Amino acid sequence: MPVDVQQVSWSELAAVLGPEHLRAATAADAVDGVVPRMIAEPGTAEDLAACLRWARGAGLKVTPRGGGTKMGWGNPPAACDLLLSTARLDRVGEHAWADMTVIAEAGCRVADLQQALAEHGQHLALDPLWPERATIGGILSTNDSGTLRLRYGSLRDLIIGITVALPDGTLARSGGKVVKNVAGYDLAKLFTGALGTLGVIVQAIFRLHPLPRETRSLTFSGTPAALEQLLLAVLASRLTPIGLQLRAAPGGAQLDVRFDGTAAGIQALVAQVEQVRRLAAPSAAPAESPADVWTSHQAIWDGAGPAAQAPRRLLARLGVLPSRIAAVCALIERAAAARSLAWQLVVQGVGAGYVRLAGHEGDEPALRATLLELREELAGTGDTKPGGTIVALGCPLAVKRGLDVWGPAGDAQPLMVRIKRRFDPDGTLSPGRFLGGI
Amino acid sequence: MEARVLDELRAIVGARGLITEPEQLSTYECDGLTVFRVLPLAVLLPTSTAEVQAIVRVCHRERIPFVARGSGTGLSGGALPAANGIVIGLSRMNRILEVDLPNLRVVVEPGVMNLEVTARVAPDGYFYAPDPSSQQVCSIGGNVAENSGGAHCLKYGFTTTHVMGLEVVLPDGSLAHLGDTTVDRPGYDLCGVFVGSEGTLGIATKVILRIMKKPEVVQVLLAAFHSTNEAGAAVSAIIAAGMLPAAIEMMDNLAIQAAEAAVHANYPDCGGLLLVELDGPAPEVETLMEEVVEACTRCGAWEIRLAQSDAERARVWVGRKAAFAAVGRISPAFIVQDGVIPRTALPFVMSEISRLSSERGLRVANVFHAGDGNLHPLVLYDDAVPGQDKLAEELAGEILRLCIRAGGSITGEHGVGEEKKAFMSEMFAEPDLDTMQLVRCAFDPEHLSNPDKVFPRPRLCGERPGVYEPHPLETAGVAQRF
Repeated sequence: MPVDVQQVSWSELAAVLGPEHLRAATAADAVDGVVPRMIAEPGTAEDLAACLRWARGAGLKVTPRGGGTKMGWGNPPAACDLLLSTARLDRVGEHAWADMTVIAEAGCRVADLQQALAEHGQHLALDPLWPERATIGGILSTNDSGTLRLRYGSLRDLIIGITVALPDGTLARSGGKVVKNVAGYDLAKLFTGALGTLGVIVQAIFRLHPLPRETRSLTFSGTPAALEQLLLAVLASRLTPIGLQLRAAPGGAQLDVRFDGTAAGIQALVAQVEQVRRLAAPSAAPAESPADVWTSHQAIWDGAGPAAQAPRRLLARLGVLPSRIAAVCALIERAAAARSLAWQLVVQGVGAGYVRLAGHEGDEPALRATLLELREELAGTGDTKPGGTIVALGCPLAVKRGLDVWGPAGDAQPLMVRIKRRFDPDGTLSPGRFLGGI
Repeated sequence: MEARVLDELRAIVGARGLITEPEQLSTYECDGLTVFRVLPLAVLLPTSTAEVQAIVRVCHRERIPFVARGSGTGLSGGALPAANGIVIGLSRMNRILEVDLPNLRVVVEPGVMNLEVTARVAPDGYFYAPDPSSQQVCSIGGNVAENSGGAHCLKYGFTTTHVMGLEVVLPDGSLAHLGDTTVDRPGYDLCGVFVGSEGTLGIATKVILRIMKKPEVVQVLLAAFHSTNEAGAAVSAIIAAGMLPAAIEMMDNLAIQAAEAAVHANYPDCGGLLLVELDGPAPEVETLMEEVVEACTRCGAWEIRLAQSDAERARVWVGRKAAFAAVGRISPAFIVQDGVIPRTALPFVMSEISRLSSERGLRVANVFHAGDGNLHPLVLYDDAVPGQDKLAEELAGEILRLCIRAGGSITGEHGVGEEKKAFMSEMFAEPDLDTMQLVRCAFDPEHLSNPDKVFPRPRLCGERPGVYEPHPLETAGVAQRF
C-alpha cells in the first residue's frame, strides 16, 4: 500500500534534524520526473541514520542526493518521498599525508577535497565529471572515475574504508585507514556503484597518490582503426601513460596519450611513443594535445562538438574490450547514421567510455532504438560481436520509457536481489532505479 | 557420512576424485597454519565447474558444510576443514583457459599456480602482478579467497585489483558470473565482494585476471641502517618526495640473521635493512633512484648496494622471500603475524613490540612490507618448553591489539580465517560485523561454505535490531565519526 505522504508527521523528522534542515521539495528536485515531498539535510552521520530509520518506519521512499549532478542516472524511481541530502556532511577529515590517506564525508565536493590534498602535493587519483559540484558520496554511488584509471584504477581500487547508514538506522564501517587490509568483507566495493540502493554512504577513506611532477600529452589524428592499433600498441609497449583515450565523431578521430614523471622520463617516453607510432600506425599524425583534452569525457556531456546543438540527446556508458573499440565505433556510426542522429564517442584505454547520440524533437524513439540496437550488437563475445555493455545514463524521460537503462542483468541478478533484500528489506531506498528493477 | 551420500559424491567425481582413507585425509586436515587440525569426512577433487556444482548441490541438500581448498598454503587456517564437513580440492582444475594479450586478460581455473600465470605470459613481456612469497605453489583460487598481496602490491595493488571477473558456484549449487572481461559491468560489484571473502561466499571456478606489461627496467637498492627507526625515516622521506616504488621491504637484525643462516643472502649485519625496488622507464628510474640513495644516506644508511641485473636482484630478494622459512634456522617454532599499521606509527609500534618481547622473554623477528605498513612479526618460541606456545600465542595477540590501537588492521594479506576471528570484534563494532553478515546471508543463508571462519561467532540469518553503538575505536579516541 502506498503511504499517503500528506498524513506523514514530518514534524517528527523536523524534531530530529532541526526544522531549518527540513524543507519542501520543488519541481527542480525531481528525480526523473518524480517530485519528492521533502528534502532533509542532516548535519551528522548519526542524524542521517536516524532520518533514514524514521523514513523507513513511516513507510516512505528515500533517494540520497549529493551534489545532484547525476540524479538522472538509473531508471526512474518507482517512488521518492524524501530526498536525503548529504550537503551538510561536507567536511574533509584527517589527511594523513605521510600515510597518504584521507577521510572525507560523503557530501564533500571532489574539487574541495582535491584542493585540500594538493597542499601536501597529493591527490585522489581520479577526475570524475563536474568535480566542482560532484560529491564523494555521489561519485562513489555512481562509480564515476574519469581518465586516470589506466594507471591508478577506478574508485573501487582507491577506496580503503567506508561508513554507511542502512535503512534500519545502523551505521556500519568496513575497511579502515590502512591501504592494505583484508579483515572482513569489503563493503566499500559493494557500495561503490550501488546508486544508493543499499544504504547511504556517509564517510569514505581513500588511499592517495603524489601529484605528478610534470605531465605532457600528445594527440594523434587518424581513422578509428589506425588509432585503435596505436592504442593497443601503447598498451603492449613498456610506455607507462597515465591517460590513454580515443575520441571519435563523424568529423574524425583522435587518440590522446598522457605521460607524467620527471622531465627526463617524459622526454624519453615521448621519443618512444613516436617509435611505437611509426610501427603500429604510421598514418596517425601526432601533435601536442589541446589544453582541454583530458576533460573530453565531461565535454561530451556538457555538449561540445558536433553533436552538441541537437536538442534531444542520449549519453551512455560503454564497457568494451580495448581491441574492439574501432568495431564499436563503426557500429555506432552505422546505427546513428541510419536514423540521422549525430554521434560522438570518448573511450579510455581500459575500455570504459561515453557515447553521445543526439537528434531533434521527436527523435526519442530513434535514440531508444539506437541504444537497443547497440546493446544487441554488443551482447555476446563471438568474433563477430564486439562484446561489452552499454548503459543509458543521461536521456529524456521519453527515451527511458519502456527501456531498462542498465540492460540485461545476467545470472548474478537473483543474488543481487538477495543482497538488496538483506540490506533494504522494505525497499526504502530508490526503489526501481537499479539494475533489473532493484 | 551416510553411504548413499558418499556413493552419490563418488558418482560425481569418480573413485579417483574421492578420498576417504584416514591416512590420505590427514593431508587435508590443516593448511599452512598447522596449529589447527580437523579431519574432514571426505575430500573431493572435481575436474570441472559442473562437478563442483553437483557436489555443492548435494552438500546443500544434505546440509553438509564444505571448505574449498587450493594448495593449502594459507597462513590463517582458512582452509581448515569444517567438523563433519567435506573438503573440495580444486587442484585438478588447473588449466589456463584463455590468454588475450592485446586486452591484457588471462582466464584461468582456480587450481592454476600464481607463478604459472606469469610463466605463461612472460615470453611476451607480461606478468601477473600479485606476488605472495608462496607464489610458486599457491593457487589463484586461494589468492582470490584471501585477496593475496605480496611485496609489489604497494604499487600494483592486491589480487582484487587484478581480478576482473569470476565464475562462481554459489552455496546452493547455482552458478553466477560476477564481473566480466570488460569494465563497468552494470550491477553491484559482487566480484569485488567475493575476492577476499575467504571461501565463505562460494567457490570460484573460473577467474578472469588482468596482466601487465613488464617494466622497462627494474632496480633494487639495498640500504643498511643502524635501526629500524632510521630505516623507517628513510621510507617516509621516499614517500614524501612523491615516489611510488614497486616495493619497499624492511627487515630487522634478527630476521637478517635468520636469512643469513638459511640462504646466505650476504646482507650487511645491521639493525634495519631496507630493500627499495623502483621500476619503469629507464631515465625515470635512474633519476628517482638517485633521490632514493640521497634519502637513505640522509637518514643514516651506512652501506648502500644497487642491484641492476636480474641475477643481482634475485640475490638481493632471496633473503627476503625466504624470511619466514629461514626463521626455522634460528628457532624451533614460530608464529607469523600479519598486522597492518599506518606507516607513520612504525617507530611507536616497533618500540612496543620490543617492550612486549622482552617482557615475555620471547624473541620477535620483524619483516615488513614497509611501504604499506604491513608487518610480519615472527614470534619465536620453543615448543619443547612447556607453556611457551601459549606465551607466544599471547604475545602474537598483543601485537595484533597494538596494530588495532595504532589505527591499523589485524591482517593485511593472510586473512582472518580460523586464527584471528576472535580479534574481529576488537577491530570492528557489532553493527559492522552484523552488516557484513547481511552479505553472508545473501550468498549463503545456510552457512555451509567455509562456516565458522572470519567472524567471531556463528550468526543466524534472521532479523536484527538496528541500534547505533559507539565504535570501540571511537571510545578509545582512535577513530573519529563526525
